[in-house]
Amino acid sequence: MTQNWSEVFVGVEEGARVEPPEEKQRKRRGWFQQLREGLSKSRQALQQQFSAIIFDQLDDEFWERIEETLIYADVGVESTVSIVEQLEQAADAGEITDSQQLLHHLRTITADHFSGADARIDVSKMPTVILVVGVNGTGKTTTIGKIAWHLKQLGKEPLLVAGDTFRAAAIEQLVEWGKRVDCEVIHSERGADPGAVVFDGIAAAKSRGADVVIVDTAGRLHTQVNLMKELEKIVRVIRKQVPDAPHETLLTIDATTGQNGLVQARLFKEAVDITGVILTKMDGTAKGGIAVAISHELDLPLKLIGTGEKMEHLQPFDAGGFAEALFDDTLLGG
Amino acid sequence: MFDTLSDKLQGALDSVKGQGKLTEKDVERAAREIRLALLEADVNYKVVKDFVKKVKDRAMGAEILQSLTPAQQFVKIINEELTELMGSTANKLSFSPRPPTVILMVGLQGSGKTTTCGKLANMLKSQGKSPAMVAADVYRPAAVDQLKSLGEQLDVPVYDEGTQADPVDIAKHGLAWARELGRDVLIVDTAGRLHIDETLMDELVRIRKEVKPHNILLVLDAMTGQDAVNVAQQFQERVNFDGVVLTKLDGDARGGAALSVKAVTGKPVKFASTGEKLDAFEHFHPDRMAGRILGMGDVLSLVEKAEQAVDRKKAEELEQRLRKSQFTFDDFLDQMQQVRNMGPLQNLLGMIPGLPMGKLKDLQVDEKALGRIEAIIQSMTAEERRNPDLITGSRRRRIAEGSGNDIQAVNQLLKQFKQMQKMVKQLSSGKMPKNPFQMLGGGGGGLPF
Repeated sequence: MTQNWSEVFVGVEEGARVEPPEEKQRKRRGWFQQLREGLSKSRQALQQQFSAIIFDQLDDEFWERIEETLIYADVGVESTVSIVEQLEQAADAGEITDSQQLLHHLRTITADHFSGADARIDVSKMPTVILVVGVNGTGKTTTIGKIAWHLKQLGKEPLLVAGDTFRAAAIEQLVEWGKRVDCEVIHSERGADPGAVVFDGIAAAKSRGADVVIVDTAGRLHTQVNLMKELEKIVRVIRKQVPDAPHETLLTIDATTGQNGLVQARLFKEAVDITGVILTKMDGTAKGGIAVAISHELDLPLKLIGTGEKMEHLQPFDAGGFAEALFDDTLLGG
Repeated sequence: MFDTLSDKLQGALDSVKGQGKLTEKDVERAAREIRLALLEADVNYKVVKDFVKKVKDRAMGAEILQSLTPAQQFVKIINEELTELMGSTANKLSFSPRPPTVILMVGLQGSGKTTTCGKLANMLKSQGKSPAMVAADVYRPAAVDQLKSLGEQLDVPVYDEGTQADPVDIAKHGLAWARELGRDVLIVDTAGRLHIDETLMDELVRIRKEVKPHNILLVLDAMTGQDAVNVAQQFQERVNFDGVVLTKLDGDARGGAALSVKAVTGKPVKFASTGEKLDAFEHFHPDRMAGRILGMGDVLSLVEKAEQAVDRKKAEELEQRLRKSQFTFDDFLDQMQQVRNMGPLQNLLGMIPGLPMGKLKDLQVDEKALGRIEAIIQSMTAEERRNPDLITGSRRRRIAEGSGNDIQAVNQLLKQFKQMQKMVKQLSSGKMPKNPFQMLGGGGGGLPF
């Protein structure tokens, strides 16, 4: 199965598809299934919770266990309360009389908690500038490599800018991705001013006619005010040459992250205008429930999901699929 | 660290503090707040349940109701339970009588293993050890380069075989290499891996078999959510790690993962990584951490840091001068540099007791401003530093230009310095601060933060 990435990236050829690399072809399954497999552990946990409760009375303990199940998925207290309230309303209205209906409502309500904002990525500008930001170790550089590979498959000419001049060997890491993807990487020395590198990168992209510039930045904790200011400066530097850029500012959030993810997203959003979230490392046992809270409370669309270390391990985000994979049929004892 | 958890617990206990006796209702209300706070702090929900039950049981028992100050007892119980949950003693590494001592670092991707290797090597070096490192992460692009670059910065040798070799072989050869070099500690960096990745977990088991590490440290991101328990259990099952390094604690993550992991695996947090710099790394003190959560401040850590960084002789000299009211810009500069030697001011502020956590969050220390002040003082002549009254308009201009600041900045510093001199005069005529740090940090004097 291949995906229609033209529905994700605005500005690529209509109906454009990405073929996974040859050797992966046989193993390839739908992203949906990949996601489900990643979530198998959570499914087991949920199954234990639900098979016991489904036929119980809808008493206080029942609601508490649903709360706990959501908390266990890192959905967070506020969004959990909100989801449970809506589920309660549905139950009070007599809409939930059996386990199938409960499951259906749980999925729908959870999916509806995701922001309805546009989740597509517009790459039709010449050049389109994509800025990728996030906390240390959330997978910025790897995600950039994957996006570049997809864009390349879709006939775009990406150019990468190594704006992480702080972490040892971050530049080498991006250069290595450049080699794998076969696209140019603009970089400078470690310790150089990231603003200067970004300026050179944008200039290079303009002069060489690259379609999409993806700017890597150093991982930073959202609490480091000076580093957050540096990010604001990078945006100003980008705007000097492309006034309406960055066209996308994507925040990477590690699916293993707990409630701090919400604070991260809030502060990054305040500093640079985040246009979307990429949930990374969804191939583990973490449920990534913090994405629900982030999207719901900050009205930020989820755009992509990272499901592994390979180039093709990037998926468009789908709220319905996410909720369905989180609350699987089998949890009803099937 | 744990700032918001402190806030929440303090909020929950405020209502208890307001009255003489604890009712069952009070206990319920406090317990509810604590439960919520711990869940928001990412403590595993099962651990939270157990913890809250324990606290409630103890609080509702005779122990507290018969006590004269129930509120204090309540705080004490939470403190004790929290400390116990996190492990009650500071934890050290075990060193082999036959070097090299091998330390194997394991963890998920992006938890900070490679950086932690460097920080640990740096700490060991400062303790007089001669560490070496092995780059056994052949999967992440440039991970080997990263470790090598850290090794260069720290002047610690790094063994690598590029990215084509088998990590198990690399580790094995690395051990022989370290032995030959006569290094007494060997830190083995491994690739980040998912705890459910059978192939890679197998590889880790084989590395462990080959190098027989004396310490296996699980590197865990302080921001990890509920999944921390799964991760820790899986790593425990496969490689039976000895302790945890909690990273990124300089953020505002509440770090509940530390509590969960200890509760579920019984393995203590041994180290905490608290900043971007290589020296932002310390032994984890669960007892102090619990004190901090309860708003008692991390007095002990602060004292320890001050002892390391403040030059005692200079401090005594300064005290003499203070007594004679001879406080000059040179002294000011000295003090400032000593305080900065203790590490980022942001971290130090968090340790001062009595400063409410809520206010601290908004308080940002601009380390650059301190740099500017240093530059201004260094642009003064020796005479001017001794006698700031000399600094007239033209001298101000010269100093401003020399230090790359505008005149206002110079004026402001002079004004602050005057106030400080005044304060010093008052102090020397009356009560003396025990050490110069108290004056700068706690005294609310001249520094612009």
